[in-house]
Amino acid sequence: MEITRAKLGAPAVEGGGEEFRIQQQRARDMLRGDLTDAELEAYVEERVLTTTLDKVTAWAQGNSMFPATFGLACCAIEMMSLPGARLDIGRFGFEAFRASPRQADMLILSGRVSIKMAPIVRRIYDQMLEPRWAISMGACCSSMGVFNNYAIVPADKFMPIDVHVPGCPPRPEALAHAILKLRSKVQGNPPRGWRERYEAIGTEEVVGAADRPGVNAINVFQSGETQGA
Amino acid sequence: MPDATGLELIAQGLRDRNPDAVLDTLHFRGEATISVAPAHVREVLLALREQGYSFLASLHGVDYYPEEPRLSVHWQLLDMSAVDRICVKVRLPLDDAHVDSVVDIWPGANHPEREVYDMFGIVFDGHPDLRRILMPEDYEGYPQRRDFPVGGEPVIFTYNEDKIPGWTQ
Amino acid sequence: MSTGISDYRRREESTSYSAEPAGMGLEQEMMTVNMGPHHPSTHGVLRLILTLEGEIVRDIKPIIGYVHTGIEKTAEQKAYWKVIPVVERMDYLSYYFNAYAFCGAVEKLLEVDVPKRAQYLRVIHMELNRIMSHLVWLGTSCIDLGAIGMWWYAFREREQVLDLFEMSSGQRMHTRYFQVGGVIEDIPTGWAERVKRFTKTMRERSQQYSALLDKNEIFLQRMRHTGVVDERTLIDLGVTGPLLRAAGNPWDLRKADPYCSYEDFRFRIPVGTEGDNYDRYRVRHAEILESCEIIDQAIDGLPEGPHITEDRKVALPPRHELATSMEALIHHFKLVTEGFRVPPGEVYNAIESPRGELGCFVRSDGSSKPARVHMRDPSFVNLQATAPATRDTYIADLVATLAMLDPVLGGVDR
Repeated sequence: MEITRAKLGAPAVEGGGEEFRIQQQRARDMLRGDLTDAELEAYVEERVLTTTLDKVTAWAQGNSMFPATFGLACCAIEMMSLPGARLDIGRFGFEAFRASPRQADMLILSGRVSIKMAPIVRRIYDQMLEPRWAISMGACCSSMGVFNNYAIVPADKFMPIDVHVPGCPPRPEALAHAILKLRSKVQGNPPRGWRERYEAIGTEEVVGAADRPGVNAINVFQSGETQGA
Repeated sequence: MPDATGLELIAQGLRDRNPDAVLDTLHFRGEATISVAPAHVREVLLALREQGYSFLASLHGVDYYPEEPRLSVHWQLLDMSAVDRICVKVRLPLDDAHVDSVVDIWPGANHPEREVYDMFGIVFDGHPDLRRILMPEDYEGYPQRRDFPVGGEPVIFTYNEDKIPGWTQ
Repeated sequence: MSTGISDYRRREESTSYSAEPAGMGLEQEMMTVNMGPHHPSTHGVLRLILTLEGEIVRDIKPIIGYVHTGIEKTAEQKAYWKVIPVVERMDYLSYYFNAYAFCGAVEKLLEVDVPKRAQYLRVIHMELNRIMSHLVWLGTSCIDLGAIGMWWYAFREREQVLDLFEMSSGQRMHTRYFQVGGVIEDIPTGWAERVKRFTKTMRERSQQYSALLDKNEIFLQRMRHTGVVDERTLIDLGVTGPLLRAAGNPWDLRKADPYCSYEDFRFRIPVGTEGDNYDRYRVRHAEILESCEIIDQAIDGLPEGPHITEDRKVALPPRHELATSMEALIHHFKLVTEGFRVPPGEVYNAIESPRGELGCFVRSDGSSKPARVHMRDPSFVNLQATAPATRDTYIADLVATLAMLDPVLGGVDR
């Protein structure tokens, strides 16, 4: 049971009193039959169908995410203890680690990303289906940490990250906290696509049709091109 | 570890076979090191292998910048029955960093030699598959050399966040 | 591959291992398959290029470097005592060993005497670390074999070890407990009793593991007579540790070349007979018990005395001295700002990590930063045994063999 504390006199509703009063007014109009076609449609769409369905979807998505089984370094060991008996992330519905990025909703970048690994990580992220989320776990892939050198790239350089977890390595509890943060973020119903979410429209890497006929998908390489190996 | 006398005896044995092979010996903190001329590394290693130092424990490169010759390769040999270690070391100039590969003697030298090539640019003649191993294959430069910059990015603090490009905009 | 093999397997082999493939006697085409670097059973970001003939692996090429972190380069930029946390992050399952390999090398250069109590504390922590490392190996390998239940049990015990680490040093992983000249802090009250309690539980739990695995028919069929490599090949490849001991060679640096007071303890070295995956499992399993032995002896015989060297040029002075002694303050300032200077020279310090010989080469040029740090990581060398261990076996056995080789990719790529 959630307890909402509100000031005396103020309505316990988000958006403040004014909006609430308008909503009440419109509800009364609707009941009275004063709303006309277009207004009625807008009212119903807003109240019943889309809002509620989106919220339900977001609630469901936030409560059951499948992380990709993707371990990089030290943090991966702490990530592995997450579904273990002590922390039991299954309580929140995050325990189903998926081996294929196609089945996963969330990528936990657990460890350091080298310049050799970065194209592969990005490709795995591209292979996941929208809506997709990413947690960067630990100092190395958030900010390079102690390994501020030639071999490491921070994850923000090549992919969008939704939650950063500090620590080297973070305790599993910290990762669980990050997962809960991500859950509340997902349940807040942000834009589903990461490009809309982070204002990155126009950054798609579409291979031009002129020089390579038949290829117009994102980040798909033709045979013979090795990426990063 | 062979003591200082034992090291001299080993070195003398190697000199008897080939007077040019051993350049110097060093006994430091209980560890024996033999410096070898680059052309004779292989025969020295083979001779030590016959004497019982038959386990190649480690193979690594060192950059002695600013000393000359700069580059160096170390072979840490181990005698498992006598529990005895000896280090064979060779110094190579930067412009002629070639040394014989020992992969056919110790197959386990395969990865370490590739690593030394990757990190220092020392070419091992006769290696079956000398490619970069840790860095991407199209990487330029040899990161472990002392004149290679460590790289990385400036760490952003409040005092320098306006000076780092692309951050505040 | 004749004795002790189940009927099922023999039948399977009699068809697949024939010189000519079943059917028309045509030459089968080789197929090249890429495995990794994102693969759940490669224990990290290992990439393997497999050449398959049907289901049989004919050649295997590991491609590594996907977590290359430049640790050796970073270590050259930092003062000696700041290198310890950097090298700890190398092989992330044996951080105490990494720290000890480096600290031992620097102590050799400095000719610092480590107090007996510090040596015993180091032994206790390293052996706890060995148990922890073998537990993670056991859990993850059993996942690869499909026995997911073992993973929960192994990680339950691992959490207990990590609690002990947290109690003594404040961190679960990468504790930075070892310091040049000793350990950073004495153990807290009650820690020794908790360790004793843990070793007692661990012995019981390891019996439970035996009950689950040792006579499990599925486990036996996956493990026995698979991934066999003989001792000679392993030595030529430079492989050490449980892999070499499983092949029958009792080479263990703790016994052969005792360091850090290991000569004070009575323990046995488990060896295998054949060098197959089952021997590797049994050797590691027995090592957990031997580690419990060593820990108990070290706790019982823990000597009194300082936990770090009294040499103020190397170790920080205790906190209470800072308030009274000017000299201590100066030493503290020098150590924290610049670090200590190390006489020039080169040393190679080898210890027995859970995966084999972990060597640390340190070259000093007389300044307060090392001129070269090289870690001879056992995983890096042991990974070369993948090809001889898996050649001409089934692709299904490849995953089991890879798990039993126990490479830690952080140590492979450094």
